Amino acid sequence: MNGRPLPAGRSAADPGAVSTPDSALQLFLVLSGLALRGFGGVMPWAQRVLVEERRWMTREDFVEVLAFAQLLPGPNICNLAIMVGDRWFGWRGAVAALGGLLAAPVVLVLSATVLVGQVADEPMTRRVLAGMGAAAGGMLLATAIKLAGVHRGRWGWLGFGLLSFAAVGLLRWPLAQVLALLAPVAVAAAWFLQRHEERVQRAVRAAASPGEAVSDAAVARAAAASGGSDSNPERSAEPRDPAAPR
Amino acid sequence: MTSGPYLDLFLHFAALSLLAIGGALGTMPEMHRYLVDQRGWLTDAQFTDAVVIAQAAPGPNILFVTVLGWQAAGLPGAIAATVGLLLPSSVATFWGWRLARTRDGTPLVRAIRLGLSPIAIGLTAAAGWLVASNINGTQWPLWAVTVVSGVLVLRTRLNLLWLVGAGALLGALGLVG
Repeated sequence: MNGRPLPAGRSAADPGAVSTPDSALQLFLVLSGLALRGFGGVMPWAQRVLVEERRWMTREDFVEVLAFAQLLPGPNICNLAIMVGDRWFGWRGAVAALGGLLAAPVVLVLSATVLVGQVADEPMTRRVLAGMGAAAGGMLLATAIKLAGVHRGRWGWLGFGLLSFAAVGLLRWPLAQVLALLAPVAVAAAWFLQRHEERVQRAVRAAASPGEAVSDAAVARAAAASGGSDSNPERSAEPRDPAAPR
Repeated sequence: MTSGPYLDLFLHFAALSLLAIGGALGTMPEMHRYLVDQRGWLTDAQFTDAVVIAQAAPGPNILFVTVLGWQAAGLPGAIAATVGLLLPSSVATFWGWRLARTRDGTPLVRAIRLGLSPIAIGLTAAAGWLVASNINGTQWPLWAVTVVSGVLVLRTRLNLLWLVGAGALLGALGLVG
């Protein structure tokens, strides 16, 4: 049910999600429902249903799962379903989510193949398909813009997004090569960005201690004291926090 | 038909499954090379129709693989192609994700998450751009449908089905397409 409290131990993993699915069967049905609404792509619906309607995931959770789904081989939306299902019900959930995503659409798409086969060359068929596809393209683009909101506070970080968009979308370079080139650079940059943000956080905390104003000197002292060590990765120092949900 | 085509389909798509980094649409040219050029199981038109149908029908776009298998070798072909494309990557995803989650919170995993996040967003935009630019070409009425659809998704909580339905209606009326 919506609004059901999170089970113990889930809260750390799902800080902003307010609900969880009741059963693998519910997961199957919800994934079936969103798959059947997914004309021209299911990802926009997955984001809307899982994050906005069911509130099973925060936007940050969703982007994180999406990022892994795109890194791992295979269809992104299928990978996403597997990870989402595993999150709550282990392998049974993964099977339920993937099955829900595929079962009804497979029947429909094969029926459509047979039907469209009869009228494939009709100009009307072509126009209707074009109109639907045009709307679907807009939905996908808008979904990307929505997801970009998680990086509020560090918009420059989306430069990696622009690069991947330009390489794959505009230049149509092979994806494997683009990922092989871009992903290690982005992860390395993230590594250094995290260390930098942790140092700044520590400096601010040190500077905020009684009787000490926030000053460049305090920041420098704290940065020096921290020695760039990563041994104390506190939740509050995570760079993901500035992008807290709406 | 012997079991040959089914096994061939299954094995070829299973190999492609593990090459489908960042999504399965990137493997489409390789499928075209195999099914149309090499095996001659499909015509060029059948291949493009499979992609358009899967994109227009509800459900994951990857179901174009199911349609390709169907057109190549009927229902057993559809099953062989779909299971072949999904099985290896699904197993890899299941265990890969579990491995990543057990190391959740370590600086390296957090760096991977943060680093991949903008790339994931950029690739989503690229998918939208590919769909839109392939279908719309130079026809500005179709681009208008794309832009209006995108703005409505951003600015309203309108049911997305209305947008696709409106696109279909405009096409049926001959206003776009």
